[in-house]
Amino acid sequence: MNLAELQRHFSEALYTPLNSDEGIANRTRRGESMQRVAEAIIKPNDRLSSAERLEIYSRSYWFRIISSLNEDFVGLRAVVGDEKFDALVQAYLIDNPSRSFTLRNLGSRLETWLRANPQYVQPHEQLAFDMVRVEWADTECFDAAEESVLTLSDIAHLGDDPKLHLQPHIQLLDLRYQVDKLLLEIREQAETESDEASNTFSERRTRARVKRVRSSKPKPVFVVVHRVDYLVYFKRVTPEAFRVLTSFRNGMSLSETIDAAFNPSTLPQAKIKELVQGWFREWAEWKWFAKEAA
Amino acid sequence: MSSNRFNAFKDLGVGIGLRIPHYNHILSEKPVVGWFEIISENYMIDGGRPLHILDQILEQYQVIQHGVSMYFGSAEPLNREHLKRLKALVRRTKTPWLSDHLCWGSVDGTYSHDLLPMPYTFEAAKLTADKIKEARDFLEVPIAVENVSSYAEFHVSEMTEWEFLNEVVERADCGILLDVNNIYVSSQNHNFDPFTYLESVPIERVAQIHIAGHSKYEKYILDTHDHPVIDPVWKLYARAIELAGPTPTLLEWDDHIPSFDQVHAEALKANRYVPSNVPELAAVSE
Repeated sequence: MNLAELQRHFSEALYTPLNSDEGIANRTRRGESMQRVAEAIIKPNDRLSSAERLEIYSRSYWFRIISSLNEDFVGLRAVVGDEKFDALVQAYLIDNPSRSFTLRNLGSRLETWLRANPQYVQPHEQLAFDMVRVEWADTECFDAAEESVLTLSDIAHLGDDPKLHLQPHIQLLDLRYQVDKLLLEIREQAETESDEASNTFSERRTRARVKRVRSSKPKPVFVVVHRVDYLVYFKRVTPEAFRVLTSFRNGMSLSETIDAAFNPSTLPQAKIKELVQGWFREWAEWKWFAKEAA
Repeated sequence: MSSNRFNAFKDLGVGIGLRIPHYNHILSEKPVVGWFEIISENYMIDGGRPLHILDQILEQYQVIQHGVSMYFGSAEPLNREHLKRLKALVRRTKTPWLSDHLCWGSVDGTYSHDLLPMPYTFEAAKLTADKIKEARDFLEVPIAVENVSSYAEFHVSEMTEWEFLNEVVERADCGILLDVNNIYVSSQNHNFDPFTYLESVPIERVAQIHIAGHSKYEKYILDTHDHPVIDPVWKLYARAIELAGPTPTLLEWDDHIPSFDQVHAEALKANRYVPSNVPELAAVSE
């Protein structure tokens, strides 16, 4: 058996999910006997069989990657519940083993996968989709690049109809539920958990809050996930402001952007101008504009 | 003295791993530390707080990069995107050398995020050495490979682990990051004498040493980096220093991380094993 063959056999066993007792499964995903696979490649010793030695690696693999998704998607876990979340994560990881050298990217395909496999989040699909989008946007925003900042004064010198670029860390989300606020509440509770008593109380409060949001009617919100002083914030904006920002991200010029945002609109031109100027002041203050496109 | 071409002739003394819970303490208290080791992958990003903190650390401390996912021993080619990002970080940190593990962990582009054990074969040694050379040529910095803790041995192995280590580093002409805790853990799991391993290492290639704690279970020992270093590992360390001379040494503590002062104090115990006539290392322990 050459190196590549050995590594494929080992990986096949490693990537087979654990059994319900968190031990190595009896069969690989291809239906081979796990014991036979282990014995073919791994020596036993005086304390452990070949399969038991393989199990050390298998448990370590599954615990590590599940724990990574647990940390990155606490909001989704709260929305779907612990039991469903565990099943969802396992199914996702079978379909989407890590393709990156960093665990940071492990959840990059979760939203797409959930939309193709909504049975894992029913009957709260939309809420779950929204939550995954916010949580992934948070990850992306946290360590994305920051380009040189374009100031209001810079913008004034760009000509009549400039194309403005947003900072790469800015993420634009149109959501049907107010999951931005819910996620902050869930995280805050997780951080304040210190002992078992408060933990139980806190979990109860989380469940109540999730239930409240689940049972509420969808209310669209427009959220900008952005960074100030290296910390990630969620900022709600109006639908018009969101359309302006989205148009900038799509490479449209200023005039095209205003058209896209306010056409049709009953607002007088003077009011539109005042609104846009106000947004620009605010966005420039938060350093949302970049000199170069990402 | 183990200042050699594999560690750019640096005498750095005792260092500790740069970990998130210690960021504020380090930046506000500016403790005297020989050097910090970073996990490269945590900083191979485009921006944000991790790089901002790293830049502040770099203003005041020597930083050495240590990687966990180059996977020199995987049968597949090196990941070019990984290498490009790593090189950008090498330029940022000006690390005098960098290290990663003598292991595999990816197959056909899927990553296990674990340090999986090598089969000790000549085929594997040649492939691994070729990949180390390729990475070194691209990164333009000396590379040291670290022996890993292991829990399994393969039927196909043609030599011992230390013979394999020798075979790889000689073929690649690279350095060794000698993890004495990993030697101890593997010796217990595979029933060999850790001193036999240690005394077989080409000591002139040792660029750096790792020390760490581990967890003992009924039938095996797991390398968990969540405890103080135990006496048998200190004895191995003492022997390593006796053989190699004072060598840049780093304490790894990655889980259940105590205060900075506790981790630092544990690391500085390494100075007990350094001859007292080495002023720069003695100063670190004061």
